[in-house]
Amino acid sequence: MLEIKNLHASVDGHEVLKGLNLTIEAGGVHSIMGPNGSGKSTLAQVLAGRETYEVTDGQILYKGKDLLEMAPEERACEGIFLAFQYPVEIPGVTNSYFLKSALNSIRKYRGEDELDAVEFLKLVREKMKTVELDERLLNRAINEGFSGGEKKRNEIFQMAVLEPTMAILDETDSGLDIDALRIVAEGVNQLRGPERSFLVITHYQRLLNYIVPDHVHVLVDGRIVRSGGKELALELEDKGYSWLEEAATA
Amino acid sequence: MSTVTDPLKQWENQEYKYGFVTDIESETVPPGLNEDVIRMISAKKNEPAWLTEWRLKAYRHWQKMEQPDWHNVNIAPIDYQAISYYSAPKSKKDGPKSLDEVDPKLLETYEKLGIPLHERAALAGVAVDAVFDSVSVATTFKDKLHKLGIIFCSFSEAVREHPELVRKYLGSVVPYSDNFFATLNSAVFSDGSFVYIPKGVQCPMELSTYFRINAAQTGQFERTLIIADEGAQVSYLEGCTAPMRDENQLHAAVVELVALDDAKIKYSTIQNWYPGDENGVGGIYNFVTKRGKCQGRNSHISWTQVETGSSITWKYPSCILIGDNSVGEFYSVALTNKRQQADTGTKMIHIGKNTRSYIISKGISAGQGQNTYRGQVRINKGAENARNFTQCDSMLIGDKCGAHTFPYIEVKNSTAHMEHEATTSKIGEDQMFYCNQRGIDTEDAVGMIVNGFCKEVFRELPMEFAVEAQKLLEVSLEGSVG
Repeated sequence: MLEIKNLHASVDGHEVLKGLNLTIEAGGVHSIMGPNGSGKSTLAQVLAGRETYEVTDGQILYKGKDLLEMAPEERACEGIFLAFQYPVEIPGVTNSYFLKSALNSIRKYRGEDELDAVEFLKLVREKMKTVELDERLLNRAINEGFSGGEKKRNEIFQMAVLEPTMAILDETDSGLDIDALRIVAEGVNQLRGPERSFLVITHYQRLLNYIVPDHVHVLVDGRIVRSGGKELALELEDKGYSWLEEAATA
Repeated sequence: MSTVTDPLKQWENQEYKYGFVTDIESETVPPGLNEDVIRMISAKKNEPAWLTEWRLKAYRHWQKMEQPDWHNVNIAPIDYQAISYYSAPKSKKDGPKSLDEVDPKLLETYEKLGIPLHERAALAGVAVDAVFDSVSVATTFKDKLHKLGIIFCSFSEAVREHPELVRKYLGSVVPYSDNFFATLNSAVFSDGSFVYIPKGVQCPMELSTYFRINAAQTGQFERTLIIADEGAQVSYLEGCTAPMRDENQLHAAVVELVALDDAKIKYSTIQNWYPGDENGVGGIYNFVTKRGKCQGRNSHISWTQVETGSSITWKYPSCILIGDNSVGEFYSVALTNKRQQADTGTKMIHIGKNTRSYIISKGISAGQGQNTYRGQVRINKGAENARNFTQCDSMLIGDKCGAHTFPYIEVKNSTAHMEHEATTSKIGEDQMFYCNQRGIDTEDAVGMIVNGFCKEVFRELPMEFAVEAQKLLEVSLEGSVG
């Protein structure tokens, strides 16, 4: 599904990713953990195609295609979805109008018929239930006046509607209380399937109690320094990151 | 090695869709302005002596005036002797008596502009007066309106058929001496629309005028007068386009609205004159004076404008709130792209008691466009309990454009309630990326964000035109970034 080879990327001239290698198979759920500033969010933004992050070396293959050649909207249409750490507000544009435009441009790209208002409403009503989101949020401007938890649930809701093949969750658990965390995780788990891969970026092991990963990778100073199964997360919870940071710089 | 190019830079300039020229034989007077030209225009229209005199009075006053320079736009010097003040498509008679007599080339022109003039093909519920250069070429649904006592016709026809109404109200809101461009218009105005809604009648359809400049080196000076008698209601819409030409063309119109007791006038404009090219060559100078008088108690005048065209826009649709409890509203979207300049806003003059005014202005600057909001709210001494709310928002797209705001507030009565809110925003890179990441391309995303920004104004437009306005905005924005 996704193959990252020797990825180097910088922001404002500072190199953040320094030769990252990672392969995610179809249906796999991978978690990336790591201390602040290790490059977790940079990886998410680079995968989604944000231009403020400059890729200086390396290669990313997605479904066998060169991902770095694609514009962000093309990547989205090809099935890459990023659940943002800080979802933006867009005044005056309703959540439902936005999501309908997104869904229909993806459908159009795939050569599918666009959904009309009735079909769309039926679909979103069904999907809203999975994240227990209030239907009234559909007609509010995107993320405007949403609580922190609502914003994050809205991201997962959008994911459920757009049905990506490669979903990247950038610290979706930050700022969530335990109930919201459970709802978000439940939404994600319902979407797990053999054709859909996940990259779950998080600081804390807590989220991984709910979204149980197949693989856990530890990112330190722009490189993956250790990979393992879900038990690695528990070990990190116990010991912190410092022992790996020391090992990385040694 | 980054291969992701700036998606905003991939935009390309979109051609102005309405830039074609109709090949039609016209009768155009030679350029130049003097009393003989004015007499000639008046004679062509068989005007009564009082109107010829009124024009001449305006002309003599205009000669003593100077073109204003207080605005925040750069106007290349205008040679008023190089402009032709009258141009009309040639026809056998004074004017077509029915649509069947209208030159097919003209009908075709309006078809092409999306304004079919045949009633069977026309937009349901919209009556149109089509003004081509200096004359009105057709008015639809006249008979249907006539049965209700509504007068909707060209200005020239109104002068002939309803001289008493024209004489009573012409210049009653915008006097002939008002300002340089309005005074010029008073001297040379050629045609325009006239509307009278009798007592207690609610006009059952949208009335609209479609202005088209076709001839080269001519100015368009139309005049519109709308009167809503006691308890009457009308919604009126005007649209404008012009061919692409390398020279600047002057459009100096005057619109006067009069609302008597309990009357309501809603006036909407979708202005899409040729804006000039990306180097600022050509385009229409849109210097317009629009003013409404809420003369009666509980009267209500509402201006909605979507200004996307013209190389320079200079207009301030205003309300004079004389009647007690009268209401004035101004909803505006002004977009400047390429090298367009706009200096636009409103004046709300509160004279009567309990008068209210409401101003929502949305300025969008893209490319190298310069956008200025200029507004005046004045509460006179006798205007007890007057209220004003002003919201003035600017949006910048790219870093070569500008937004400017000049609000003037003058309060002479301490019972007034004034609120003023202003914001300036940029379409954020983060907003664009958020849209792109969801599969929405940059062009659609900009359109979506800008339309969201303008929502409060668009919802004031008559339904048939709200969608058109949104699309127009999107087209006008194409090529605005990068």
